Amino acid sequence: MSAAEKAALRESGTPGETSAAASASGPRSQRLPNPRFLRSELWLIFGRRRNWAGLAVLASVPLIIAIAVKINNPGSAGGEFNVFSSITDNGLFVALAALTVEIQLFLPIAVASISSDAIAGEANLGTLRYLLAVPVLRSRMLAVKFTAIVIFTFVAILLVAGVGMLIGLALFGGGSMVSLSGTSLSFGTGVWRILLICGYLAIELSALSAIGLFVSSLTEQPIGAAIAVIIIMIMSFILDQIPPLDWLHPYLFTHHWYGFTEFLRDPVSFGGPVRDGVLNAAAYIAVCYSAAWARFSGRDVTN
Amino acid sequence: MTTAARTTEVAPAVAGATSAHSERLAIASQGLTKRFGRQVAVNGIDLAVPRGSVYGFLGPNGSGKTTTIRLLLSLIRPTSGTHALLGRSMPQAASAVLPRVGALVEGPAFHPYLSGRDNLCRLDAADRTADPATARRRVEAALDRVGLLAAARKRYRAYSLGMRQRLALAATQLMPRELLVLDEPTNGLDPQGTREVRSLITNLAEDGTTVLLSTHLLSEVEQVCTHVGVMHVGHLVAQAPLAELRARTVARAVVTTRCPDEAAEVLRQQHLTEIATGKDQAAGVIGQVAPEQIVEALVHAGVPVRAFTTATPDLEDMFVSLTGRGFDVSG
Ligand SMILES: Nc1ncnc2c1ncn2[C@@H]1O[C@H](COP(=O)(O)OP(=O)(O)O)[C@@H](O)[C@H]1O
Ligand SMILES: [Mg+2]
Repeated sequence: MSAAEKAALRESGTPGETSAAASASGPRSQRLPNPRFLRSELWLIFGRRRNWAGLAVLASVPLIIAIAVKINNPGSAGGEFNVFSSITDNGLFVALAALTVEIQLFLPIAVASISSDAIAGEANLGTLRYLLAVPVLRSRMLAVKFTAIVIFTFVAILLVAGVGMLIGLALFGGGSMVSLSGTSLSFGTGVWRILLICGYLAIELSALSAIGLFVSSLTEQPIGAAIAVIIIMIMSFILDQIPPLDWLHPYLFTHHWYGFTEFLRDPVSFGGPVRDGVLNAAAYIAVCYSAAWARFSGRDVTN
Repeated sequence: MTTAARTTEVAPAVAGATSAHSERLAIASQGLTKRFGRQVAVNGIDLAVPRGSVYGFLGPNGSGKTTTIRLLLSLIRPTSGTHALLGRSMPQAASAVLPRVGALVEGPAFHPYLSGRDNLCRLDAADRTADPATARRRVEAALDRVGLLAAARKRYRAYSLGMRQRLALAATQLMPRELLVLDEPTNGLDPQGTREVRSLITNLAEDGTTVLLSTHLLSEVEQVCTHVGVMHVGHLVAQAPLAELRARTVARAVVTTRCPDEAAEVLRQQHLTEIATGKDQAAGVIGQVAPEQIVEALVHAGVPVRAFTTATPDLEDMFVSLTGRGFDVSG
């Protein structure tokens, strides 16, 4: 990729010519950003039964948590803050408990499998060659694919939180929320905090999406790509657990996921862990997206 | 270089294309080459597909047809060489040119869990030059054109190979095209489907669409093509208007008669060459002589003709004579 293409990519998101053709853009008809391709991409993701099943599994966790707590109240475990024991006080904690549980495996797996399918899936089916022959510029294809994955990530997280809040409010009611700092937050503030947490987690998982997009651009095997992404993620978890490597920990993309607890303090500090987490994710997204572009823009499409 | 392999180019149009000349070519390539590791799949080919032609891109399996088509569409980068589509250099002009090109590359490929119609809608949605307001109508028209309307709502995975092939053809019909690149479009079709596809190609060609028809079927070239290019292990070994290639093949006249010697004498008088006689036959190479004239001369000379045939060697013989090999798979 030429420097000009990189610059164009950064500026508009849907620029450039295919592969080596950066400079000659030619007289182009006045093209408005066309949402049809993105819509089609979303339809592909959200219209697929496999993905419906995945989302149903994600949504089932808050239901299971809420019902389990309702049936068998764990009671307050003395002193220490515990989302599970807080549920009976405030239904919003069902959403928090579900997010805490699912960020460990379910949500990353969902994001890994969707993102690794992006390019590799189309290559595997052979539909990639027909899309490129339409033609879809490779830069545009990558941008649309990534946008769709990020939207999926937000939807998945909001689904978990939304189902959690609804079932929680239905079974345990709302009311004020006790923050990690010991203060009391109003119901409205509580909901707002949960939405902030959703946004933060979506940004963190978007870094995983970018890794998935890159891996997806390397292969024609979507399953293999998904496994590779999950291995990368677990490796990051493991490295994060090895104390002698503590100098490395801030650079691991999984290291910052639990930074979302910052949003439960009063007042919220957007500096420190939250800022570090967002910067880390942004760096991973920039690097992996660029790598995906570098790989995909020059790749021979031979199946 | 590879000129030796391309000695039989005869189209006046081919070598040293001037810019005025390349205007008249829908596809023009110079020394297009693709190497996969050590294997040279396409070896320095100079394609010249005139606008308005139906160009039969003929070659056995593995001869490099699909690789050439991928190169033409810029799906893969050439190891060396350049090419232009519709007078514009590729890949620079890809986003301007490719919307005017419909392509079928190495068989159909669609999303299995979407219906045929939804698959077409997706391709149309990806096309920035397509008008969303007319999408529905164009999709229906394309489905109709290939006879798939009845199965439009079925999932692609439930399609037979022939239906899949038709859907891929429908995708090439979503927009008006100036050039169609069709890679073995009749693969997997039943005889009825094959006939329909061939008549579709003929109809489109009549409307002025240029067609590059890759095929391993000699009969297909004979039935629908005006031009032919012959691929053989990555080389374009011949390229010419079909009529010109035919003219180069030697036709023989065969007279079945009680009096072969008298017939042979007449053939000799008519300047036929390589005359041979059999028990009840006389035969000779026709050359430039009109068959009608030979028959008239035979009747005039009172030769009792029981049957008169002219046998043109078919394209297969021609192919063998061009490549020195049979029409089989090349590695
Ligand atoms: N991606 C690839 N990697 C390595 N070799 C390839 C690849 N694609 C095609 N080939 C080789 O190139 C040659 C030409 O193949 P192809 O263009 O598909 O022939 P055709 O379409 O005429 O049957 C074959 O020998 C094939 O094995
Ligand atoms: Mg082929």
